Amino acid sequence: MHSDKSPIWLKTLAYGGLVFLHFPIIFILINAFVANDGNRTHFTLRWFSAVFARDDVMSAIALSLKVATVATFLALIMGTMAAAALYRRNFLGKEAITTMLILPIALPGIITGIALLSAMNILEIDPGFWTIVVSHATFCVVIIYNNVVARFRRMPHSLVEASMDLGADGFMTFRHIILPQLATALLAGALLAFALSFDELIVTIFTAGHEVTLPIWLLNQLARPRDAAITNVVAMMVMLITAIPIIGAYYLTRGTEAIAGSGK
Amino acid sequence: MPQLSRTVSNTLYRKNNLFLFLLLTPPLLWFGVVYLGSLFALLWQSFYTFDSFSMSVSNDLTFENYRSLFDATNLDIILRTLSMAVAVTLACACIAFPIAYYMTRYGSRAEKGFFYIAVMLPMWASYIVKTYAWTVILSQQGILYWLFNHLDLTSALESLLQLPVIGGNTLATSQLGRFIVFTYIWLPFMILPIQAALERVPTNLLQASADLGAKPAQTFRKVLFPLVFPGVVAGSIFTFSLTLGDYIIPQLIGPSGLYIGTMVYTMQGSIGNMPLAAAFTVVPIILVSIYLMLAKRAGAFDAL
Repeated sequence: MHSDKSPIWLKTLAYGGLVFLHFPIIFILINAFVANDGNRTHFTLRWFSAVFARDDVMSAIALSLKVATVATFLALIMGTMAAAALYRRNFLGKEAITTMLILPIALPGIITGIALLSAMNILEIDPGFWTIVVSHATFCVVIIYNNVVARFRRMPHSLVEASMDLGADGFMTFRHIILPQLATALLAGALLAFALSFDELIVTIFTAGHEVTLPIWLLNQLARPRDAAITNVVAMMVMLITAIPIIGAYYLTRGTEAIAGSGK
Repeated sequence: MPQLSRTVSNTLYRKNNLFLFLLLTPPLLWFGVVYLGSLFALLWQSFYTFDSFSMSVSNDLTFENYRSLFDATNLDIILRTLSMAVAVTLACACIAFPIAYYMTRYGSRAEKGFFYIAVMLPMWASYIVKTYAWTVILSQQGILYWLFNHLDLTSALESLLQLPVIGGNTLATSQLGRFIVFTYIWLPFMILPIQAALERVPTNLLQASADLGAKPAQTFRKVLFPLVFPGVVAGSIFTFSLTLGDYIIPQLIGPSGLYIGTMVYTMQGSIGNMPLAAAFTVVPIILVSIYLMLAKRAGAFDAL
């Protein structure tokens, strides 16, 4: 759309909306650096060293990073396979398959969580690292799928045919023609999936058992107001750890029609 | 060895169906067994019997759990959650529209990119961190109370909280506070689909409408809004479904009445009544399905 002059009230509403979206986040960022001695409020980095000295925080961060990495890896494989199978072909049941892929994020998270928990109860599987990974990978597949399938659709199939005509076999074509074209979509999808897994709470509560991921640690902290300074710093760190992959994914898919994160 | 890989890959390329089958098997197995299997396990358990004397579950099949959904207290929970989901959806649409409209219609290229990132970041920022921030902001020692105090508006706030339905003792324990937090958390999910729908509206339609003598308000009502409506519905799928299933925010902010999510959570957790919890999860599934059907009719899936 072309631009002429915007009415001032519209501009105010739009920027007001952005302020509303950002002020709790800025609030968290500021709070992490503030200390209050008596009546004087001042800037400090003291809470950061306090956080790094806390074993419970460190192990929660380590667990969340591990879970997000493994879940992203599994989702990458399955999401790419599904995208490769579904982008060009039309066959009976294709709609059902895509619906099934979307289901874990279309249904409220509590349903996915409690469903997995009830299955674990029936099969007598103890919750732990791998049950968290399985639950996360399940809803990360669709993120990868969305990104990769959009890229596949834009990729002319004639490139593959040309490669095969010129004597390359399927693996060579995949390695030298398809993979380079997919690379940024894969990376963007992986970054988003990682960010999504890293701060997932709703499903994780059901599948984690006694394991404490970083979001669960934060949730437990809410009952302990005295630890607020530590909580603020951890909250800020979570924010940064997820913001970096999001911005990265945006730049990787910019200018392509794939809207990064469409349908979280 | 290279010969073998060549034979294998060429066979796969020629036998398209075999290749398709091999590609689809792992994701289908995963989703079919792990995910759908779990959903069926859940559904099946909703027919089990819970004995409230021994607090234990037996395998006798019954419709009792579904019948008890219609008990006054449970119906209350469902209606309470549903009305919150509707209110949040409407509020999100009203706040999101000007943002999306400004960024598509008037934003320069750079401004558009800025808005896009500025919406994406809060959308993906940690859910629990955002909720945590709001518990601090809304608390009585928090920044909002401080602000109202300095503007001498404390009495206005007090009388606002006196109101029935939305009121409460403090902001953090009022229905109003919960509504604000819900609206905040799901707002970005509304902005992006509306923006995508606006992006597809050809500008010359709006110009034509203006040329033919329509006032801006008329153009909006008769031309722009009908074209963008599917986008609004697409966004509302998220705000509606996410509010319906949430169980963290109702625990942390607002008065004590249960929501569908918190009901499910307490039933399966502390009480151990998995059958009733399972029956309760069917409520959002049905509500969301109905909603999706209506949304499909409004053309929202083309706008996603």
